[in-house]
Formats: sequence, C-alpha cells, structure tokens
Amino acid sequence: MSVIMTLTRRELASHFLSLRGYVIMAGVQLLLGASLLTIVYLLNGRAYDLPFTEKFPQTEFFWLVLLMVSPVITMHTFAQEKSSGTFETLMTTPVSDLQVVLAKFIGSYLFFLIAFLPTLLYPFIVKQYAHEAVAIDIGSVFSLGLGVGLFGSFFTAMGCFASSLTRSQIVAAVLTFAAGTSLFILGYIADLRPSEMMWWHTTLQHVSMLRHMQDFSTGIIDSRHIVYYVSLTTVFLFATVKSIESRRWK
Amino acid sequence: MTDLHADANPMIEVQNLTKYYGGKAAIHDLCFSVPRGEIIGFLGPNGAGKSTTMRILAGYLSASGGTARVAGFDVARESNMVRRQVGFMPENNPLHEDMRVREYLKFRARLKGLNTQKSRVRTEDVVEQFSLGDVRNRMIGELSKGFRQRVGLADALVHEPELLILDEPTIGLDPHQIRIVRQHIKSMGKHHTVLISSHILPEVEVTCTRLLIFHEGNILANDTPTALENALEGRHRITVELNAPQEALNQAWEEMAEVEQHRILPAEGEFHRCALTPRDGEDLRQRVSALARARGWPLRELTRERHTLEDIFVHITSPEEDF
Repeated sequence: MSVIMTLTRRELASHFLSLRGYVIMAGVQLLLGASLLTIVYLLNGRAYDLPFTEKFPQTEFFWLVLLMVSPVITMHTFAQEKSSGTFETLMTTPVSDLQVVLAKFIGSYLFFLIAFLPTLLYPFIVKQYAHEAVAIDIGSVFSLGLGVGLFGSFFTAMGCFASSLTRSQIVAAVLTFAAGTSLFILGYIADLRPSEMMWWHTTLQHVSMLRHMQDFSTGIIDSRHIVYYVSLTTVFLFATVKSIESRRWK
Repeated sequence: MTDLHADANPMIEVQNLTKYYGGKAAIHDLCFSVPRGEIIGFLGPNGAGKSTTMRILAGYLSASGGTARVAGFDVARESNMVRRQVGFMPENNPLHEDMRVREYLKFRARLKGLNTQKSRVRTEDVVEQFSLGDVRNRMIGELSKGFRQRVGLADALVHEPELLILDEPTIGLDPHQIRIVRQHIKSMGKHHTVLISSHILPEVEVTCTRLLIFHEGNILANDTPTALENALEGRHRITVELNAPQEALNQAWEEMAEVEQHRILPAEGEFHRCALTPRDGEDLRQRVSALARARGWPLRELTRERHTLEDIFVHITSPEEDF
C-alpha cells in the first residue's frame, strides 16, 4: 500500500513540477469560465425553471474541456517513462504491475479533480450576482460533479492505457482524444431520431455520453450510468495492466 | 574454465537461458554461474546479449526458456524477492530529471521497500558514500554527467542489495569521471557482488575479477582475466633486433629447436628485425640474448609480446582469424 502511496504522490507531484500542470489548470478554468459566462448571458433577464447546471452540457466549451483534458493529463504516464528509460528502473524495484498502474491512474485522476476543483465556486458566483429569489440546487451541482468525475475516471483510465501502448506522448494523447471523441460523437448519432427505432439506435442511446451528462446535470443519478463509467474504467485499467505485462511475453 | 559448480551457493546461476525477440534469439542457451563477492564483467560487442541477460536477471524481462536464480531465488517465480536483492542501473542511467537528488534517492528507497526512517538514513548514507553532498538539493536535470552517474550508482545501492547490475556504467564519461566511477565500483565490490557490462576491454580488464565474454547470444569464455591471458600464454612471440647478416640469422633460428616459426625483416642500419614464435610456450629471451653474446652480434631490442585481453577478445569473437 505504501508503495502505491509513494508512486501516487510522485505522479501527482510531477504535474506541479512542470509548467504543463499549471497550463492544464489554467486552460480548464478558462474554458469552463467561458462556459459559465455563456450560460449567464443566456439566462440573463429570463425566467428559467430548471437548475442552471443543466445548461453546462449544452455549451461547446464544457465538452471541449472534458474531451481534451484527460489526454493531456495522462499522455506522459507511461510513454514518458518508457522513452526516458525510467520505466526500466521503476519495474526492477519490488513493485507489481498492478501497483504501478493503480498509482499512475490515481495520481492522474487526482490531478483531474484538482483541475476541476475551482468550479465548485461557480454556484456561489452565480448566487452573488443573481436575483435574491434564485435558488441554487445543491443536489444538481453535486450530480453534475459526479457525472464529470465519472467521465474523468473513464477517460483517465483510457489515457493511461493509450500511454502504455507507446513511447510517444503525442501519440498517446492523440489516441485518447480520437477514441474519446469518436465515442462522444456516437451520442450525436443517437440524437438523430430516425423514423423508426432500430436496435443500434437504442444501443447508441445507452452509450451516449451526451445523454448521460444531461441526466447528471439535471440532478438525475441513474445507476446505469454509474455502472457504465465504473466498468469502462475497470476494463481500461485491466487492459493497461495487461499492456504493461506484455513486455514479459513479447 | 574453472569448475564453478563446486560453489554450493552461487550468486547467479543460469541454466539454458534463452530469449527470443520476434523469432530471433537474443541469447541462446546460456549456462553460467557466478560465485558471491566477485566483480563480474560481461564483455562483448553491441547486440551480443549482455543487456538482455542483465534485464532478465534484474527481473525486467522474462526469459523465453531456461532458468535463472539470483541469490537463490528464481527470477521468474520469485521476481519480487529477486528485485529486493538486486540494484539495477540500466544503460544510459535514466533518472527523473525533475526531482532533486535527495528527493529522488528517498523516493527510490521507498519504492524498494524501505520504511520512512530507514530510507532517510540510507539516503544520507549513499549521499555520503558517493560524495553527493554538494548537489543533494539540486535538480537531477541540472547535474553533469559524472554526477548523474553517481546518483545512478547511489540509487542502485540504496537498498543494500546483494547483487549490483550495472549496464555500461562508464559509457559517455570523460576519463576523469571514468576513474571515479571505477573506484566506486571497486569499493562496492568489497561488500557486494557486482555485475558490469561493457564493450570496451580495458574497462572490465581493470575492474573485474571474472570475465564472461559474450558473442551473438552465446558465452564464449568464463574465467578470470589472468586465466584467460594464460590460456594464450603459449602464443607469446619474441621480437628481436640484431646487427647480423640475414643468412647467419636464418641459420641460427633454424638450429634453435625451441623456435617454431621465424620471420626476418631488414630494419634501420645493418640491423634485422626477427619475429620468433616459440614452441610449447617457452620464453626464448634468455636463449636469444646468450646467442647474441656468443656470436658478438649487437642487440638493440628484445621484447616478448604480451597478449592483451584485446587479442583474446578478438580471437574469441572471430575464431577464424589467426593472430
């Protein structure tokens, strides 16, 4: 356990030891701030009967952040260690492959959460400038946070996997971004309502991250969504362990 | 080759070790054993299988076939135990450039299973041992190559392993730094078994107590440097320069029973330069000087060629070449 702690701390610290970590945090806040601004303009002087969180998944900036941040956070996890050779020194210490993968994942995921942390202030900002009567629904803020967190764990696990496949950080980031964006676009296809419901259409609706996030943003916590993201995270972490192990039987 | 199987408890014991990379054997059916407390040199050209063998022994790669035991533990089945006994410094000594020296060493000590207290003590110890005190708070990325190498050695030693595996520890260093690293390796050899690899002969010749010569995935020799030299002792040639007519010299060598082969070349002045190959490894120098005295031939050079390991290396790795 202490090995995982040591490695996690190192992984998390590595983000703060280079400029990259600060650029990521600034980028996330810039785009989410723009997202908030759009929503505030939209709601300005208009009555609205749904929680303001519901508007977030409808802004481009919100999705841009979600799709881009994980690839950038995770791209270095394994690829950098492989290309610099430190992977060899790491894997010849008495640590298991699973411990390394978990530590890398937890470290990256914690940084993802830290980058999103300041958004918790948004409800207070809105409250500060909104009309007295505007009520901030803490429940929907929480469920949107949960949605973002689950989405992040899936993308972080996918990013770790992509990074474990290559020695190039760029390739890792592009792989994660391409895979994530493709999956995201499937959600749009699900929204093109055809005249009759086909089996593939129903399936696409289940994997549509757009729909998941709409549910979360309106305060609906659907266990199916949770199972979806948790199982995908597990699958990709398992694949990462196998990918790390592969050096032994290659 | 000495019989190493007499050693009941060897540090490394390798049997029929084979590793394939995509159908091609990087090492093929290696069998060797290494006693404790020696400094062993893996010598061979690039791509001879030295690094692959080291990586298997360090628990980074798995072998395709055969077994290897380090300090009594099987590298495949008891990998974790093996890794606790081994301090490994890979080729080019990769380090985390964004960490400070002491921070890095402590981090490594923790990874290698030392508790907080112990890792702090050991970090201080190795900082002291490798004279890293002045740079302990510097970023590794800012250090010179010589310092980086010492950080790598300190890392390999921080958990007090029984076996140190150093892959090309002096590559890319200047002569002064090489000397420092060599001294460190020698002093580490007093308390640990050390395994180093190199494709440069003088490197291992001065540091190692035992040499394993690798060639195309096979081990061609496993012995002490002196024993390897002695194996070729019989081939020591004599070079002599005498002021005498060529015919007289030719006759003299023909008559001398110990001379197997001779070659006479004219040299500066009236002198002739003769190369004599002795029969049965005899030292001809006394015979030759006595002859020169008896005949009254002025003698200006008499040397016995020593076969360096360089010759042995060349000889072993290219058997068809006569020398």
